[in-house]
Amino acid sequence: MKTDVVIIGAGAVGCAIARELSRYQLDVTVVDKNEDIGGDASKSNSAIIHTGYDASPGTLESQLVVAANPMYDQISRDLDVPFKRIGAILPAITDEQYEKLPEIRHKAFLNRVYDVQYLTREELLEIEPELNPEVKGGLYIPRESIIDPFILVQAYAENACENGVHFLLNTRVTDIRTEDGAVKEVVTTGGTIETRYVINAAALYCDEIAAMVGKADYKVVARRGQFFILDKNTSCKVRQIVLPIPTKITKGKLMCPTIHGNMLVGPTAEDLDNKTDKSVTREGLDSITADVKRLIPNVNVRDSITQYSGLRPNRNPEGLHVDTWDDLKGFINLSGVRSTGLTLSAAMGVYVANLMRDLGEPMIFREDYKKTRKGIVRFHELSREEQDTLVRENPAYGRVICRCETITEGEILDAIHRPLGARSMDAVKRRVRAGMGRCQAGFCGPKVIEILARELGIPVEQVTKNNSGSYMVAGMTR
Amino acid sequence: MYEISCDVVIIGGGPAGLSAAVAAKKEGAEKVLIIERDEKLGGILQQCIHPGFGLTYFKKEMTGPEYAGAFKEEALALGAEALTDSMVLEVVPEESAVYCVNRKYGMTKVTGRSIVLAMGCRERTRAGIQIPGTRPAGIYTAGAAQRLVNRQNAVVGKKIVILGSGDIGMIMARRMTLEGAEVLCVVELMDFLAGLTRNRVQCLDDFGIPLKLSHTVTRIVGNERVEGVYIAAVDAKKQPIPETEEFVPCDTLLLSVGLIPENELTRKAEIHVDPVTNGPEVNQFMQTTAPNVFACGNVVHVNDLVDNVTVESLNAGRSAARYAMGTLPAAVRGVPCVPGANVRYLCPHKVVVTAEEETVRLFFRVLKPALKVKLVVKSGGKVLSEKKEQRVNPGEMCHVDVKTGSVSGNDITVEVTGEEV
Repeated sequence: MKTDVVIIGAGAVGCAIARELSRYQLDVTVVDKNEDIGGDASKSNSAIIHTGYDASPGTLESQLVVAANPMYDQISRDLDVPFKRIGAILPAITDEQYEKLPEIRHKAFLNRVYDVQYLTREELLEIEPELNPEVKGGLYIPRESIIDPFILVQAYAENACENGVHFLLNTRVTDIRTEDGAVKEVVTTGGTIETRYVINAAALYCDEIAAMVGKADYKVVARRGQFFILDKNTSCKVRQIVLPIPTKITKGKLMCPTIHGNMLVGPTAEDLDNKTDKSVTREGLDSITADVKRLIPNVNVRDSITQYSGLRPNRNPEGLHVDTWDDLKGFINLSGVRSTGLTLSAAMGVYVANLMRDLGEPMIFREDYKKTRKGIVRFHELSREEQDTLVRENPAYGRVICRCETITEGEILDAIHRPLGARSMDAVKRRVRAGMGRCQAGFCGPKVIEILARELGIPVEQVTKNNSGSYMVAGMTR
Repeated sequence: MYEISCDVVIIGGGPAGLSAAVAAKKEGAEKVLIIERDEKLGGILQQCIHPGFGLTYFKKEMTGPEYAGAFKEEALALGAEALTDSMVLEVVPEESAVYCVNRKYGMTKVTGRSIVLAMGCRERTRAGIQIPGTRPAGIYTAGAAQRLVNRQNAVVGKKIVILGSGDIGMIMARRMTLEGAEVLCVVELMDFLAGLTRNRVQCLDDFGIPLKLSHTVTRIVGNERVEGVYIAAVDAKKQPIPETEEFVPCDTLLLSVGLIPENELTRKAEIHVDPVTNGPEVNQFMQTTAPNVFACGNVVHVNDLVDNVTVESLNAGRSAARYAMGTLPAAVRGVPCVPGANVRYLCPHKVVVTAEEETVRLFFRVLKPALKVKLVVKSGGKVLSEKKEQRVNPGEMCHVDVKTGSVSGNDITVEVTGEEV
């Protein structure tokens, strides 16, 4: 196999770069170890598009996050991604926190986030009635936004795919071969790929990839973040992103609505000694409740419909880096992409394309580039008339499979049969939300197993939850 | 939009909806329509292929499909109609209408003079009880696993731990054993059984499956598929005791940790929902706070015996038909039913006193098991009736009867006193 660019990692950053490079006359191949696009950290985060108000001023991370935020109005329209600018508040509960507000606002200013405003106690309680009444005052950050992180990555990837990018899933990179001070081949479990560029967007594993070419002068530690998702009908809901005053270590535990109307509460920040332990723990969950109650006293985690954890790649030493080397031409190494990765993905695509131009790549536009992508129809968001028309055109939309989220068979069939379609239960869930509601697939799970087996032409025993080995049923009765 | 109009529209074609349809037709309602999301009528009973149904109502032992089949045949023979493979998306009491979607007709508006809610319940999940650990494949609610094995011929696993001693959990312990799986144990947080005693005897004891009371699952292990669970004893406050924690290798965890009435449509219609039962508040006619909307079965409160669902649903169907025909008696006054000592809730929530004297059956569950029990019904502090029972369990529904003519006070209370177990 021969290509111009190999991107390692099909998370938000890898797929955003793939989409950006697909504008040019380049042959691009994305390789990922998982069975589906979507990465690891990109699919288990707080789903916020940040403004960068609290970044370290002058860093690459600040530059990219601040540049990326305004891009999402266009991206969400072009790629049909659910996105909403709901704003964030940063309430100071104690006097000590209150005294920190000017410093935070000044930092926002240095980061060129100019629209951060002071709000009085009364103003805060008016826009957010569930707030702790002891609040002293706070900041309002209007452009902090929420997004569907799964659909964002799918949208980047599907659009890239439509513009000719190849995706090799279930494929692990085992080695990178170089020749005469330049990258030559990427060796994978699916074969060897000859290439001129290698872009390392492997996030949690980017140190291991860099080590293959002797360029790992850093380590990546997994920082686990546990979350609660609360029922759409939970007794206590907030209207915007409610952020705590950050500490040096973390942005802290927040509460915010998700784009689909649930409440998200979390995360913890725990440094692990491995890169795989995505457990939730009693202690972790209890610490979320305790901390968030200081902001929102009535938060009701008993209304939780799921708990999950994600692993943020934490670079040691810290800092976002995009490195190239004179003695290793064609190798572009991304490291230190952490919780802001989802946000900065949009800007990273452009940044990497510019970098390649600087490295001497001609970067000629393709004439047939298609910049838009149509998503899967969201039946429950349509009017009754639109629903009626849709069912008459295609009766599959007249059968509701997931009753909690009102997801039809038509949507599931589209999720399976579109480019880079779903091959597992979780892949269906991330595309159309079947199983993401309060019954957590109790009712629709058995039906989705059946649909996947039928549509993929495989026995029921081969249907998986996600990666190989995660079989859903162990055998048949007859 | 396709439109249908009828006298009584029933949401749900399970045992509750079918019984309501039978009663509505018998009472004289002309056009009775059942809307069912499955391709077939029968509801969850379609997957309950075990016996044990009908013992009190039919005085004989039947399987789930047989029990549902009897009502299905009767309802259809009486002229009730069914719209299957149709999902109700909204109930609008002000329009006395139900909106549903169907492959053939698209969006459909069904108007009825009265509406019966019979949507049943769903199972509490792993997240509902917040079990720590990873999220591999192989964690199923007992009902989902039951559907897979009994309707889709698929066995979820080979080495199984069951958390929760609810009835479906115990029945699945036996069912999976019969399919050749090894059921290692049934783990129950409380110090008493959640389900029926007869199920413990027939499904666990007869197959030598250990029941671990006062234990819980503390952690799930495995990345792709379940590799095992940690089980620990709990103290008096239901907190796991760390020293007792042990690892049990298995490939499947089944959960039978409670059922929740499915009232999303009810809430959206702004009908009052009782926070204790999670079901709509009803009076003895099974009438909700929207006068044209009635409710019955597990959507109101979770029953352990389908026979009780039938009795309650026949009542709801009859009342809905009478409402549709304008013959439901007018209320003289309403009296709330208030749970007394060791009573979790009472159903109905309110008794309506009308010009007609009638006997109302109050269903209830106790909070704790008790022996040599006295059930006392009072109104305005005055004792209306007393009844004795050998033993009461939270897993088994109790009932008392009250004559509306005898209700003198402004409330009705039921209290349960007896010896602790």
